Amino acid sequence: MFALYVGLAVAILLIVLNIVLSKLSFPKEGRILAIIVVLVGYIYWGFEPFAHHEMHPHVEDASYAFDGKQDIEALEHAGKDATETKAFWASMAKIAEHKGDAVAGKALVTANCTGCHSIKAEGFAEVMSDADAAVSYGVTPPDLSIAGRVYDRNFLIAFIANPVKAMHIEHKYPVGGEKVFPMPASDFMQPQEIADMVAYLADAASKVPAPKVKEGASEFEISKAANKEVFETACVRCHAMNYAGIQAKTSADAMSKYIGATPPDLSQYIRSRGDHYLHNFINDPQRKLPGTGMPRVGLNEKAQTQVVEYMTQIGDSKKDEREALGPKVLIYLTILAIFALLWKQKIWRDLH
Amino acid sequence: MINESRRGFMGKAFGAVAAVGAVASLVAMKKSWDPLPSVMAAGFTTVDLSKFTGNKLEIVKWQGKPIFILKMAADMPSVEKRSVKVGDNYYSVMIGLCTHLGCIPAYRDTTHDFKCACHGGEFDAAGVHKFGPPPRPLDIPPFTIKDGNTIVLGEAGAEYKALIASLSTDINKA
Amino acid sequence: MAEFEKANSIGEWFDQRLNVKAFTKVMMTEYWIPKEINFLWAMGALLVMLFKLLIITGIFLLMYYKPDVNMAFDSVNYTIMQEVGYGWLFRNIHGVGASVVFLIIYIHMFTAIYYGSYKKGREMIWLSGMLLFVLFSAEGFSGYMLPWGQMSYWAAYVITEIFGGIPFIGGDLVIWIRGNFYVADATLTRFFMLHVLLIPVVLIGAIAFHFYTLRFPHVNNEEGEFFDYKKESEKYLAGDKANSKVIAFWPDFLSKDFMVIAIFMIFFFYLVFYNNGFAMDPVNFDKADGMKTPAHIYPEWYFLWSYEVLRGFFFEIGGISGKDLGLMAFGFAQGIFLVLPWLDRSPMVKPANQRPVFKYWFWLLMADLFVLTIFGKLPPTGINAYVGFFASTTFLGLFISLPFLSKIEAKIVGGK
Ligand code: HEM
Ligand code: FES
Repeated sequence: MFALYVGLAVAILLIVLNIVLSKLSFPKEGRILAIIVVLVGYIYWGFEPFAHHEMHPHVEDASYAFDGKQDIEALEHAGKDATETKAFWASMAKIAEHKGDAVAGKALVTANCTGCHSIKAEGFAEVMSDADAAVSYGVTPPDLSIAGRVYDRNFLIAFIANPVKAMHIEHKYPVGGEKVFPMPASDFMQPQEIADMVAYLADAASKVPAPKVKEGASEFEISKAANKEVFETACVRCHAMNYAGIQAKTSADAMSKYIGATPPDLSQYIRSRGDHYLHNFINDPQRKLPGTGMPRVGLNEKAQTQVVEYMTQIGDSKKDEREALGPKVLIYLTILAIFALLWKQKIWRDLH
Repeated sequence: MINESRRGFMGKAFGAVAAVGAVASLVAMKKSWDPLPSVMAAGFTTVDLSKFTGNKLEIVKWQGKPIFILKMAADMPSVEKRSVKVGDNYYSVMIGLCTHLGCIPAYRDTTHDFKCACHGGEFDAAGVHKFGPPPRPLDIPPFTIKDGNTIVLGEAGAEYKALIASLSTDINKA
Repeated sequence: MAEFEKANSIGEWFDQRLNVKAFTKVMMTEYWIPKEINFLWAMGALLVMLFKLLIITGIFLLMYYKPDVNMAFDSVNYTIMQEVGYGWLFRNIHGVGASVVFLIIYIHMFTAIYYGSYKKGREMIWLSGMLLFVLFSAEGFSGYMLPWGQMSYWAAYVITEIFGGIPFIGGDLVIWIRGNFYVADATLTRFFMLHVLLIPVVLIGAIAFHFYTLRFPHVNNEEGEFFDYKKESEKYLAGDKANSKVIAFWPDFLSKDFMVIAIFMIFFFYLVFYNNGFAMDPVNFDKADGMKTPAHIYPEWYFLWSYEVLRGFFFEIGGISGKDLGLMAFGFAQGIFLVLPWLDRSPMVKPANQRPVFKYWFWLLMADLFVLTIFGKLPPTGINAYVGFFASTTFLGLFISLPFLSKIEAKIVGGK
């Protein structure tokens, strides 16, 4: 109804505009142009921004606090009991207050994590091949070399304590359900221990050198290599990036058993979803797509920006070229239009 | 004068013969757009029902369309009207495209119904629309039952005909 | 054959063989156009320019595009967009051009309706123009399928499905058009053929025909004035250009067209570089998947109004199902513009705003088309469905009432 009124309003507006402009003895062609610009602008507004606004309800922007606020709100909004979730995130906040000790953390990580996870940069090799790992665990466990740099600290704490809660995928792995998440919860550990482990991961990650690039590589290549490293850690266990020749580490078959869906190839996601959507989605998939199998991965702001930038560098690789060429073409066309105008005026001088 | 009319006649005769050729070639052109024999042969999908579990939706592909086959669990509300009995069990067999605008609805095993995410349409376990914009129940594809436990989609068997006949035309316009 | 004298210059050599001088006069320097026209009369030349851009960029796309359901998507989105030198530029121009060409077609059409340029001897111009509109629609529809994205697939699915509503033969017709039970490889290859060969060839012929129909009735002018072209052109040729009512096609008319084209190109390339999402829908950057529907299916913006007429009837009236009613209304909408010259029974050839009855009709039609277009994209739920119904019936009502309204106008203006 609303737009119907707008439609009629525009028609009336045009008539008024027409009358006013003619009273102002505005040149006729200018008047016609003004009307066409208003009409075209209105129709464009209608089928682009307005339609998008109607079809894709707004959600709040990404938040990197990882304090469970969004989850609690979502539960309350749906009229569900949020006490347990509240208690969980409150205790996580307590853990986060402890200052971790990397040395103590190293011992804990060696004892508790390296049975499944590799930390190649620290010399802990993979326990088995990707394919075998997918069979035994359901999904290939991530290498933790740069985990401390890529994932947010609060998220890592919550993740070690209770992975399913941290990743916001209780609907896939309900408590007491048939399917059990491959990584066990460690909420029995002492807060200090968890803080130590996270401190160690951060310390280990800070020692990993920037990925190697060819001698004399361009800035674009250097940033692409750095972004790729983050993308591979954060996304490639499940997703492929075919246009960069990257295959998912876990097979499609194993994935569909693991989360009940096959994760898409991300090559064109920067075009099909756009960077705004991607930022919101990666930050908390459930909010954008309730019921999705994709977990919250817990990237900190910098890592997430790098991931989205990498998706642009692969999926819209000519962006820089396009943005560099655009102004030149527009300037050229402006000059061309000026010459066209001058020539026309010369010809028409005799006609009036 | 005689000459004139003869020329007129010959001209028309030539035109008529040429028209026959043109029409004949149209037939050939029309044929070249027909679906190929290999496409027609692939118009059937055979599904073995023996491994199905109750209340778990299976989606198979038939003629490029998703087909929902849902085995009714014992505790599910009786929907005999639109279900087929194969062996001892009832199954819903339906084309999985929302009758509103063609989205693929999702099955919710807790509430035993289908929910279409596009505009919120809902169908019960037998595919009858119960909420939202869909104008009619999910369509039923032609099928036939073979060897007790196999269903062949694409062939209108006795069970299919009986099912369609039993439905009043207004709730199932295929 | 006549004797040929030895030519004294290259120009003369050609003139002897091709009669170049006379030809140029007839086609260019003594092809008369009225002087009282504004930039809306440059839309035709602009359309030619856009068509040329589409052909040229299409040729470059054609060198790397692969019409096969397994390869099409990547051939466009990887090979052309990421690898081929300036492939992205050709694709953006082609995609944006295909969309913007319809904007200009609509402006061109509604200019004709506004100034009454479809009657009193100009019926053939209008008919050939409508033929071009139909051909361009077919070209746009077939081209949209080629990148084989989700919107390519589902728009093709929904639109071909429409033919299923035709009584008796519908079901078989759909399968015949697709060459399969669903939109499949056979569908893609045959629409590829239509898109790059048959329709463009017919289009070129139709454009030539459109120009031919303009020749004798001459284009209309801002005041709808009829005057003696012979007298006015003599004035012009005698050097009194200022007082003549005509100008020459070349260089007078074209110099203005070129100016309009050049200015328009600034806007056009702005869209190509910075704002092409409206023409290259994000959803289409997901590969086609017949087992997964996008959340919203809608056609390109230029088909939205007729799509909304199709959807507008969502309930049964008098025992006819909503689907069939929608289909009939859709058929009506497709055909009705064609017979506009015979629906408008007022003899008046004047800008709409100077016509006592027609002006209301014209602006109402515009407003209605706007509403149809905007609601054509929105999901037809709740109130939207009723707006769609209301706007669709308004559309039908407007065209059904036009003969009567224009007859009333004829009375008022007394045959002028
Ligand atoms: C005459 C007007 C034409 C229109 C309205 C038109 C329209 C379109 C449209 C809408 C697309 C999809 C755009 C996209 O998503 O990129 C397309 C693609 C394509 N067109 Fe055209 N086209 C026209 C002429 C031509 C011609 C003359 C050729 C070849 C000689 C051609 C070759 C192609 C090819 C190869 C593609 C596929 C590549 C792609 O999707 O980017 N087109 N066309
Ligand atoms: S398509 Fe299912 S409700 Fe609209």
